[in-house]
Amino acid sequence: MPSFPKKWTLIIVVLAVVIPLLQPLMPDLVSDYRLFLVTTMIIAAIAVLGLNLLTGFNGQISLGHGAFYAVGAYVAAILMDQLNVPYYATLPFAAMICFIVGYLFGLPALKLEGHYLALATFALALAVPQILKYKWLEGLTGGVQGIVLSKPEAPFGLPLSEDQWLYYYCLIVMIVLFWAANNILNSRSGRAMMAIRDYRIAADTMGIDTALYKTVTFGISAAYTGIAGALSASAIAFVAPDSFNFFLSIKFLIGLVVGGVGSLAGSVVGGIFYVLVDNSAQALSTFVKNDLGLQFDLSAYTVFGILLIVLMYLMPMGIVGGVYILVRRLQRAGRGAIGTTPAMVAQSRPTRPAEAGKGH
Amino acid sequence: MEQFLQQLASGLANGAIYACVALALVMIYVSTDHLNFAQGEMAMFSTYISWQLMNWGLSFWVAFILAVVFSFIMGVIIERAILRPLHNAPVLSVVVVFIGLLAICNSVAGAIWSYLIKEFPSPFPKSSFGIAGVIGPHQLGVVMVTLIVLALLFLFFRFTPLGLAMRAAAQNPQMARLVGVRVDWMLALGWGLAAAIGAVAGIMVAHIVYLDPNMMGGILLYAFASALVGGIGNPAGAVVGGFIVGVLENMVAFTGNQIEKATGIYIIGNGEKLSVALIIVIFVLTVKPAGLFGRVVVKRV
Repeated sequence: MPSFPKKWTLIIVVLAVVIPLLQPLMPDLVSDYRLFLVTTMIIAAIAVLGLNLLTGFNGQISLGHGAFYAVGAYVAAILMDQLNVPYYATLPFAAMICFIVGYLFGLPALKLEGHYLALATFALALAVPQILKYKWLEGLTGGVQGIVLSKPEAPFGLPLSEDQWLYYYCLIVMIVLFWAANNILNSRSGRAMMAIRDYRIAADTMGIDTALYKTVTFGISAAYTGIAGALSASAIAFVAPDSFNFFLSIKFLIGLVVGGVGSLAGSVVGGIFYVLVDNSAQALSTFVKNDLGLQFDLSAYTVFGILLIVLMYLMPMGIVGGVYILVRRLQRAGRGAIGTTPAMVAQSRPTRPAEAGKGH
Repeated sequence: MEQFLQQLASGLANGAIYACVALALVMIYVSTDHLNFAQGEMAMFSTYISWQLMNWGLSFWVAFILAVVFSFIMGVIIERAILRPLHNAPVLSVVVVFIGLLAICNSVAGAIWSYLIKEFPSPFPKSSFGIAGVIGPHQLGVVMVTLIVLALLFLFFRFTPLGLAMRAAAQNPQMARLVGVRVDWMLALGWGLAAAIGAVAGIMVAHIVYLDPNMMGGILLYAFASALVGGIGNPAGAVVGGFIVGVLENMVAFTGNQIEKATGIYIIGNGEKLSVALIIVIFVLTVKPAGLFGRVVVKRV
């Protein structure tokens, strides 16, 4: 898939910066609550990007990225709570520790492929809440109670509310991280990552140090997701072990699959998507109950589950991939595809990134 | 000593459950090479069905049989409708579909029966069953039911033409097809059987862990550990692995308790059960991926 057009990226970034400043003009449209919602979307997008770097671009399946999110959140929370480190200074620490944890987990993962890696990370995701409650860590993690923090305030006396500042803070982090990811992927290292995804043995033969690339990618991916966790600790101002359960990892997977496997823009779409569905679950449930008259407490996960299965059939490349194919078809129809043979269509169709993780 | 025997007995009872679920996982693995991450939630759903039937006034064993039959049909339908088209799909797609199934089963069970924890009856008579102070009636019953299920399965696969056909379809689909076995249907039947065995495990364990939509999470993880310890492609190995892991799990917690009592230092206890499973899974996968009884797979490239 080609990368998102630069012009559009710029326009979206400018809009993202300007729109919240219009709050005095349109207080209802740009409310603090909505800004906070968008902030959580930004955090989700970063976390999904982390998973995408590993699964989408390197072909290592992870069902346990909630674990790295949890590590990031706890590192940030403990630093703020115990050592009074300012919130913005926690990010490098969270990234570093998550990188180390991810790198270490990547070492045994080297021996695992496909289903087995999924299984190992699945086990990790299930065990996370228990590990966080471990008695010896209680002094740091606060045990079941978790840690209560305070929300960051705008620096330099900027006339911004807490939610507004939080939004800009996360937006800046997101832009930096996406820019970095884009540069990594368009470099020699990025091409090596994708070569390993597409055909590990061939990549090995070409002289790529697959073991090094796979473990480092695991570390980078964990660091991205850990930064998202650290941001969420500041945003929600609270961490507790049971919020990092298995379903958190499922949400990242949903973001990945719905947005687009192996696509930067897809990570954003995926992050936006899962936060939206998660937040509209209540409305959805009342809709089913009152308007359809079914006595059924529909939860977000029913929708997620059905979507996951349906998407695998209809749009294995996620929303971004689907839109991309649609646009191409429309363009071709517009040009009046004279003399296009089926073979040419097949050739121009991009390879399915869902091939990622196919054990060769 | 008595405490030790108690722990051993309870380990064996848990092990029986793990063995059942592990067997279900292995059945699906040998025929399709898929790890069914939704196995636990499917079993949980079946357990709710049996609970609902009992709530409507049926006796335990009638509800048990109906729920198992229901699970069998559910398994066949899931295979035919959802997994069949993904037969040659990449691993990620298959894993994602399993996670989708897991999410659906979990949330639908929660939607229908709520997330409140429910008590689940035990069918085994309280008195004159089990050995006083060592093994309780329910634990002994669980082990016995598991052994009966295993014996039935063994007889089915060893001595019936259908069982033979299913084994053939799993071992060598192309050759089986050539001699007239309907491989597609054999795979679906395998799924049905796996779902049914899972249902037995779920109904048996519900009395111990209580009924709620998340009850099978830890059990599934232990079942995966069991299947891996026994060698993921080996049904008998899965059963042995189940008992090994069940006893090991209880012994780890028991030893942890003893150490804490003796020295006052807490190292490990019941709160770390899932972490123990995580360690077993990663240890076996990295150190001895073939497990105790599995074949070492050699790949040509």
